[in-house]
Amino acid sequence: MSEIEIRNLSKSFKIKGNPVVALDGINLKIEKGDIFGIIGMSGAGKSTLVRSINYLEKPTEGQALIEGIDLSGLSEKELRKKRSEIGMIFQNFNLLEQKNVIDNICFPLEIIGVKRKKARAKARELLKIVKLEEKEKSYPSQLSGGQKQRVAIARALATNPKVLLCDEATSALDPQTTGTILKLLKEINESFGITIVIITHQMSVITEICKRVVIIDNGRLVEEGTVEQIFENPKSDAAKELISGKEIRYTPLDTLDTERKIRIVFRDNSAYAPVISNVILKFQAPVNILKADTKNVNGKAVGEIVLGLPEGETLQENILSYLREQGIAVTEVKEHV
Amino acid sequence: MFDEKVIQMLVEGIKDTLYMTLVSSVIGYVIGLPLVVLLNVTNEKGLKPNKIIYRVLDIICNIIRSIPFLILLILLIPFTRMIVGKSYGSTATIVPLVICAAPYIARVVEASLNEVDAGVIEAAKSMGAGIFQIIFKVLLVEARTSLLTGFTITTGLLLGYSAMSGTVGGGGLGDIAVRYGYYRWQEDIMIVTVVLLIVIFQIIQNIGTKIAVSLDHRKR
Repeated sequence: MSEIEIRNLSKSFKIKGNPVVALDGINLKIEKGDIFGIIGMSGAGKSTLVRSINYLEKPTEGQALIEGIDLSGLSEKELRKKRSEIGMIFQNFNLLEQKNVIDNICFPLEIIGVKRKKARAKARELLKIVKLEEKEKSYPSQLSGGQKQRVAIARALATNPKVLLCDEATSALDPQTTGTILKLLKEINESFGITIVIITHQMSVITEICKRVVIIDNGRLVEEGTVEQIFENPKSDAAKELISGKEIRYTPLDTLDTERKIRIVFRDNSAYAPVISNVILKFQAPVNILKADTKNVNGKAVGEIVLGLPEGETLQENILSYLREQGIAVTEVKEHV
Repeated sequence: MFDEKVIQMLVEGIKDTLYMTLVSSVIGYVIGLPLVVLLNVTNEKGLKPNKIIYRVLDIICNIIRSIPFLILLILLIPFTRMIVGKSYGSTATIVPLVICAAPYIARVVEASLNEVDAGVIEAAKSMGAGIFQIIFKVLLVEARTSLLTGFTITTGLLLGYSAMSGTVGGGGLGDIAVRYGYYRWQEDIMIVTVVLLIVIFQIIQNIGTKIAVSLDHRKR
């Protein structure tokens, strides 16, 4: 049984009397112990989707199941109990400003009626995990963004949840702090086996720690797969845009240049061969390197290069098939580089 | 400057004024706070939106606030007599003061409750908090600084209104100012009562602000 299952879920709002579809027929399964990414541009509906998992947003149609239990069938009281078993962290941390660090971490325990002494002991344990023992008595206003998110993580873990939902948890942080927070989330996933769901608009967050990913675009699930699959061979326009960081769909045609471009992705099996040199030597034709980058995908260095191909359709096809024979992922690139 | 009798009278006046102001502030809060929580909860963006309850409370608050205090004081005489047994003196003045203060408090506090970050409330919901837990453990706690500031402002307002009630037979410094300063043209006594009112106002304001600041952990 999947830890989380979303079945045919739709959600529409009424804004000034006009219905707006935020989510449209989403189906997905998240397995226990996974780090699952949900990526999309802002306004794609991913925040609504993550809130459907703990029913902060009630879907208009369809179901959200946690360990096989349909949340729509629960009473208000049962639903609140279920929510307390699902941790959640937010972009703006959402700590109680008038409570100090340890009281913030104790807060979810206070809500479910755990005795103060026991709650404090648990909170101290968690402070050790997020490495903030010396900040126990500080108030949120005295902490940096990264520290606040650590407190929020500790708070989300206080009730020993099986699932941790992260809503744009690193979007307000600088790249370095983002790295340490993601590392912390990975450690937590490994040591406690907590299923983590990450909502983000940053591809780098997905490639850094997620195992599986879905892409949400305009309220629809447009692509799904392992992070490697999506990164090497993005099929949907939304995926290509998220990887390249450039708009594809709304670029006026006359700005597109006619040169045929491809994006190739190296993995460990191909990373050591001098691929580009081999292409040039073999076909005796120049290729133009338009962009080259190395990204960390699940701890493995993955290289990507965007090439401009020489003219001549037969030659181009030959180059493509040669590259594919070498075990290299090849995709066509339509946008400007 | 003054003989013992006058000083004795002024001391009594201070006591009466403080009694009226503080008691009516406290009772005003006891009535105003549930009112404001109800307003906040039933608000369009509140925890349990309810247009009818919100509109009714909203209109009642506005009606009472739009009646000038002096007129409210007179209008309420039968009601005051029913509750206290008489319509003059310090205790009787507390009734109109409370009725005037409660909707005022509601408005002041409503603004501070609305300022509580919606994200924090959402976080509490995600932890499984119920509506009462959110009210008592999140809303009122996070807004406590503004609640205290509101209390101070209200107390200052009621201090002024309690003096106004002197014109229709309320007790306290206002009563003394009206009787001696206005009817008998004893300007020195009137000036002393005014100075005393200013001093009391300053003390209340300072204490209130100090407590509010010391309890605020938002910025350091």
